[in-house]
Amino acid sequence: MRLAEFKDHQRELHNFHLRIGIAGALVLAAFALLLVRFVYLQVLQYDYYRTKAEDNRISIVPIMPNRGLILDRNGTVLARNYSAYTLEISPGKVADLDKTINDLESVVEIRPSDRARFKRLMIEAKGADSLPIRTRLTDEEVAKFAVNRYRFPGVDIQARLFRQYPLNDLASHVTGYIGRINERDLERIDAADLSANYKGTDHIGKTGLEQSYENELHGITGYEQVEVDSAGRGVRTLSRTSPIPGNNLVLTLDIKLQQVAEQAFGDNRGALVAIEPSTGGILAFVSKPGFDPNLFVDGIDPASWDELNNSPDRPLVNRALAGTYPPGSTFKPYMALAALELGKRTPQQTINDPGYFNFGGHRFRDDKPGGHGVVDMYKSLVQSCDTYYYMLGNDLGIDNIARFIGQFGFGAKTGIDIEGEATGVLPSQEWKRKRFKKPEQQKWYAGETISVGIGQGYNAYTPLQMAEAIATLADDGVMYRPHLVNYIENVRNGERKLIEPKVKHSIALKPSNMEFIRRALAGVNTEGTGARAFAKAEYTSAGKTGTAQVVAIKQNEKYNEKHVTERHRDHALFIAFAPLESPKIALAVVVENAGFGARAAAPIARQVLDYYLLGKKPEHAAAEIPGNEGDD
Amino acid sequence: MIRTLWLRFTDKIDPPLFMLALALLVLGMMTLASAANDTPARISSQAVNILIALSVMWAVAQFPPQTLMRFALPAYALGLALLLGVALFGDVVNGARRWLNLGITRIQPSEIMKIAMPLMLAWYFHKHEATLRVREYFVACLLLLVPVMLIARQPDLGTALLVAAAGFYVIFLAGLSWRIIVGLLLAGCASLPFLWSLMHDYQRRRILTLLDPTSDPLGAGYHIIQSVIAVGSGGIAGKGWLRGTQAHLEFIPERSTDFIFAVFSEEFGLIGNCLLLLLYLLLIGRGLAIAANAPTFFTRLLAGAVTLTFFTYAFVNMGMVSGILPVVGVPLPLVSFGGTALVTLFVGIGILMSIHRHRKLVQT
Repeated sequence: MRLAEFKDHQRELHNFHLRIGIAGALVLAAFALLLVRFVYLQVLQYDYYRTKAEDNRISIVPIMPNRGLILDRNGTVLARNYSAYTLEISPGKVADLDKTINDLESVVEIRPSDRARFKRLMIEAKGADSLPIRTRLTDEEVAKFAVNRYRFPGVDIQARLFRQYPLNDLASHVTGYIGRINERDLERIDAADLSANYKGTDHIGKTGLEQSYENELHGITGYEQVEVDSAGRGVRTLSRTSPIPGNNLVLTLDIKLQQVAEQAFGDNRGALVAIEPSTGGILAFVSKPGFDPNLFVDGIDPASWDELNNSPDRPLVNRALAGTYPPGSTFKPYMALAALELGKRTPQQTINDPGYFNFGGHRFRDDKPGGHGVVDMYKSLVQSCDTYYYMLGNDLGIDNIARFIGQFGFGAKTGIDIEGEATGVLPSQEWKRKRFKKPEQQKWYAGETISVGIGQGYNAYTPLQMAEAIATLADDGVMYRPHLVNYIENVRNGERKLIEPKVKHSIALKPSNMEFIRRALAGVNTEGTGARAFAKAEYTSAGKTGTAQVVAIKQNEKYNEKHVTERHRDHALFIAFAPLESPKIALAVVVENAGFGARAAAPIARQVLDYYLLGKKPEHAAAEIPGNEGDD
Repeated sequence: MIRTLWLRFTDKIDPPLFMLALALLVLGMMTLASAANDTPARISSQAVNILIALSVMWAVAQFPPQTLMRFALPAYALGLALLLGVALFGDVVNGARRWLNLGITRIQPSEIMKIAMPLMLAWYFHKHEATLRVREYFVACLLLLVPVMLIARQPDLGTALLVAAAGFYVIFLAGLSWRIIVGLLLAGCASLPFLWSLMHDYQRRRILTLLDPTSDPLGAGYHIIQSVIAVGSGGIAGKGWLRGTQAHLEFIPERSTDFIFAVFSEEFGLIGNCLLLLLYLLLIGRGLAIAANAPTFFTRLLAGAVTLTFFTYAFVNMGMVSGILPVVGVPLPLVSFGGTALVTLFVGIGILMSIHRHRKLVQT
């Protein structure tokens, strides 16, 4: 019995030892598994996890460069930066946006327009880290929020540089504006491989010089390597690379001249481009009405946007650049020059003007009832005789017209240094073939050439093209690329990168022909259609008036300004350069729906020339442009 | 005289166990010094915890196993009563009902069960040593399951796991037939869907997160992702003591308690991990040796279960931190900050010492 018990005991002990052994083996296996895991993580995957830990630890904080300034030729600031506090929400870190904004209202004032703008930004700037709910906080508001900050996780105050256009709507189409980077901008930035440089940048040039010189103005983003904790708080700075500020743009534009020009338009819509013929530098670039570019900087609120976008005056359209108008009679000097150069007319050759020109059963009428009588080339320009040019057009033929006049840049982009230029239409047989689809529409009819001869018909050019053409004429056929920027200034070392005047091409013109045209255009301003506007001018000048039909006038129907709705009235045009010998300025003016060029457009040109050549301001001159207050 | 006193004092202390435990405590304090850099109070507080735990160990080691056996039933009954008390009147902290307020102090009764459970089952099997049948194993399972369910319901999955493991080890070592073990394993697998349906949302999430931590990188997966990054970025030699970036920049959650291994691993690398594994292995080996040489059925079972529970702590914690086990609240034994777990662990070590030193006295 005792033996059995002992054996039992032995067997039980043996069993226990077996199980302890199994347990021990399991322990070893488990620890071996851990060891394998450690080797995997710490040896095989070491590089991956080390990088992960570094990414965790080190945050690259971009430091935005200061955007370059835009200054006029005399140093007046057109666009600058100022620093202000904004209240920004990080949508990703806020659970209930509406509630947060409602709560914020108890701390700082939030207007309905702020809410609307925030909503718009939410849609536009998808994925942005933080978006402003309020901009330009007062010191008091900053302090008030700072006290309540703990209540608003995901909401913070940021000191930001803001773009400011101190002259408001003056030259707004030239400077353009910056706005928040949207998805389309992002795609463009990606495509240009500039993503790194736009880290931390919220704004980008949207229109005008702000857009076309974005790369110069933006500068190079610096960055700071900051060690951060898990909450994203910076613990210490590891290294810092300073940003390189953007370059300043110094324009050829004279902002005082620009102001004179803009004021000369009064409430009229239209455009004016003034160019220095010997360089192509643009002296004034007007598109009326303008707009206040400051509205766009922190994201325009929907109400202001609707107002600008839906206004029948279309203030956002850059008319000088993208508006196309028939040149009307301002086309005639080029027609006359074509006739001389191609040997179709001599200055002395006369025609008899009965007040109309019959062609193919259609009567093309002259403005002057009864006609101008016997007309030579000089008289045809000075009195702006249509019949002369109906006939000339017919004699030259459309393709000769297109070929010769195209040399002056009509119907082609000028290559100016802002984007959005319209091409316009220089009609020709080829153009018509390309323009229309149906064979019967593609055919050029000789009758169509007649209207082209007086600058009507399919003719459509931008005011910029018209100015480029008259500047080319003023410079005896030498055509410069028009440009707004005079030089680009490196802020740090003061180095200037000059935008060299660039000759596009020179038109070979006989000096005697040029001499004649010059004399005839001078005659316009002394004894012709421009004489009243240029009465008692203290300088010599060349000019040509024009009136462009907006709607076609039916046969036998007399155009009557009073009976036509305002929007259907003729556009008034004027081209000019002065002084006559060695011209310093050439310009083109279009005043929309203002009637006769002589009455509405020529006086604007006169004011601009008076100011530019004599420094004379019109009597009703408004407030002085504030001087250069510098950048803050 | 003094020498005699010292000998009397250290008589019951097993030097290998004590040295291994001490080595782990030193590593623990070093890691805590790094992990608790923003809460320095924890370092002195842990020193006090260690002194208390060592005193308890010493005291427990003085009792012969027969005395311990007498505690088994009362301790288990008390533990069970307190667990019921928690279920009915417990304080809710962090969404879990784990604490019982006794007026003077709050206690966590589930902790008692970590010791009471193996004690109770070892005693039970010892009592029925001569007549072990299926019935005894069945009763033992019931004795195990009731408190485990109560703890799991609190919910405290980590403690439930440890208590269940401790009880299971006793039953396993007591000779539960392999057929039943295999059967239980199969049944366990089969009941997984049922267990799943019983789980709390956060528990399910932890398991899903283990399978794919990146599915919720800022939520439940964050802990695992960050601790695995800490471990991996430690490399072979580690970033150096006090130089763990994951730890010091607060990327590691609970870095002085349950996730302290991430801090250790980041700063001491694979070499440190191997050292830690070795120390645990030696300590467990010593415990299993004590169990193998223990004189009675009770002491064998108790020593084996206590040792394997210690292993469970270490394995589950390191497995969780290195991302191969789901996140459950199990501290790294002798290293994590926290007095309760430390005392419980040293009670276990005290028991091992008692069993080892008294083995001759029990022998007939």
